[in-house]
Amino acid sequence: MSEEKTVDIESMSAKDALGYFLPKVDEDARKAKKEGRLVCWSASVAPPEFCTAMDIAIVYPETHAAGIGARHGAPAMLEVAENKGYNQDICSYCRVNMGYMELIKQEALTGKTPEVLKNSPASPIPLPDVVLTCNNICNTLLKWYENLAKELNVPLINIDVPFNHEFPVTKHAKQYIVGEFKHAISQLEELCGRPFDYEKFFEVQKQTQRSIAAWNKIATYFKYKPSPLNGFDLFNYMGLAVAARSLNYSEITFNKFLKELDEKVANKKWAFGDNEKSRVIWEGIAVWIALGHTFKELKGQGALMTGSAYPGMWDVSYEPGNLESMAEAYSRTYINCCLEQRGAVLEKVVRDGKCDGLIMHQNRSCKNMSLLNNEGGQRVQKNLGVPYVIFDGDQTDARNFSEAQFDTRVEALTEMMADKKASEGGNH
Amino acid sequence: MYTLGIDVGSSSSKAVILEDGKKIIAQAVVEIGTGSSGPERVLDEVFEKTNLKIEDMANIIATGYGRFNVDCAKGEVSEITCHAKGALFECPGTTTILDIGGQDVKSIKLNSQGLVMQFAMNDKCAAGTGRFLDVMSKVLEIPMSEMGDWYFKSKHPAAVSSTCTVFAESEVISLLSKNIPKEDIVAGVHQSIAAKACALVRRVGVGDDLTMTGGGSRDPGVVDAVSKELGIPVRVALHPQAVGALGAALIAYDKIKK
Repeated sequence: MSEEKTVDIESMSAKDALGYFLPKVDEDARKAKKEGRLVCWSASVAPPEFCTAMDIAIVYPETHAAGIGARHGAPAMLEVAENKGYNQDICSYCRVNMGYMELIKQEALTGKTPEVLKNSPASPIPLPDVVLTCNNICNTLLKWYENLAKELNVPLINIDVPFNHEFPVTKHAKQYIVGEFKHAISQLEELCGRPFDYEKFFEVQKQTQRSIAAWNKIATYFKYKPSPLNGFDLFNYMGLAVAARSLNYSEITFNKFLKELDEKVANKKWAFGDNEKSRVIWEGIAVWIALGHTFKELKGQGALMTGSAYPGMWDVSYEPGNLESMAEAYSRTYINCCLEQRGAVLEKVVRDGKCDGLIMHQNRSCKNMSLLNNEGGQRVQKNLGVPYVIFDGDQTDARNFSEAQFDTRVEALTEMMADKKASEGGNH
Repeated sequence: MYTLGIDVGSSSSKAVILEDGKKIIAQAVVEIGTGSSGPERVLDEVFEKTNLKIEDMANIIATGYGRFNVDCAKGEVSEITCHAKGALFECPGTTTILDIGGQDVKSIKLNSQGLVMQFAMNDKCAAGTGRFLDVMSKVLEIPMSEMGDWYFKSKHPAAVSSTCTVFAESEVISLLSKNIPKEDIVAGVHQSIAAKACALVRRVGVGDDLTMTGGGSRDPGVVDAVSKELGIPVRVALHPQAVGALGAALIAYDKIKK
């Protein structure tokens, strides 16, 4: 507490708040572990509200892996996982996490820190007392967390969410998910040895909604043309939407960012100055291992990212106190929905961001997000006349990404967009 | 007015000098690409064929993987746009292009105005590229220039099912050790390239005709295998390897004409 008093959050910029709060999530977990409180490892779009209500600190292996990737620490973790037998075709978030878990497990068992861990830029996170997963974004998460639970001998809470072959989410699906929530609550009660704190849960739900309302509002700034908002900022701030949406950390930071965006609009300070030549959607997970390169290549072409369906996965808006509404929110993530809904989401992002083109990440680590890239791109091209390009990559395994290949595809897309504008009588 | 296009690829460098955006004055191909003396040598070669000097060029555009390392270039354009422009110039009316280069295979779909509507390229894999053919020709001890002749001798093409170049090489070695006739292995290699490359054509949409460009299209066996795989006639650009450089020279002309 004394540490918090010395930090002047009020006067921080949004960027500084992000830099303060994001590592604080891991710091809180380390502190909880030290004080004998429980720590949970959670999938990124699993509902954190239940654990937060029971005062369980949460860390997020996907965010953690992305951070390791962005700091160029992924190869060492991948090697540890691959030496254990995890194939290169498995999701690289999973492999980075398996590698990291293996190292901290060794550390806990032997009392010695493995050299690889000593040299890793990974933010230290404690071993979990429980793991929480949810298959609303991916099915690999089931096996990944089952594996964690088995390797670490900790309980697994799995919230099973049916795939939405129809949309909107059906009544019976929502009821089933509410049943899953109730089962998770009973597991937590057993784990904590006390009744579930429904009062705190309601407060956590309300906090989550305030955080998410602010998160959703950020993307609305893409309506400006030129845009004050650079879409890559969403990738940066997303860490808090994932790891702190049930805490006020995210609400505070997002509101600061919104204030700064308002100032930019008032002062006509646009993301690319007067060099916004085109606007593109980024479909799929960021290439964390080459975030700087991918951004610089687009910037060099004057192509501003003004939309992505990916950050919208954390739009878990619901009515606090209503479990069915919460079930619906955690079920409707666009990759858990039929092609029709997924296509509609993509089209909306293109329209809202006034986009001229679509860049799609054929992510070797995420078959679920990549499998229908072609269909999504074709639909957008047919319905909105917007060209698309697909590049081969990976979120955290550099072996699956080539800078030169990415650059060629982006440049070809920007030339296509420029030719299209010129043929329609616009500026070349 | 003269313009120059230079295409620095992964395994070759190409240059074209164009007069008034209409007539090819000279073209040259050097079989080494980016990171080598290729770009310099191809410029020497293309100018040796004319009385012109680099100073006579009104504009110079570079394309290909090495496009950013061409000092004399006044601009860079991606190989997609350049290939589309060059292929359309050599084969007017074409709507689909398949380019088989040293490490890239690309298929490009054009609309009736010649604008690029869609393109697809190979991912991080050399299957279906010129490199695949190059590796196999070495294993088979048949020069690249003769691979086409062997293809047409085959009566029972062998199946080369691996798409990975390294695994396919092992497969070819295994076929050789089983004494499968070389011509049948060659035909299998060609069919394997065609299958991989045509998957990209299908992705952008097969049109009524197809124009092939790139070093791969100099092998008549590859052209025949692609035509059979897609069941449509295939045209080969007049200067298949120089199409990208030609497109760059055309764009160089268009840019200053504006």
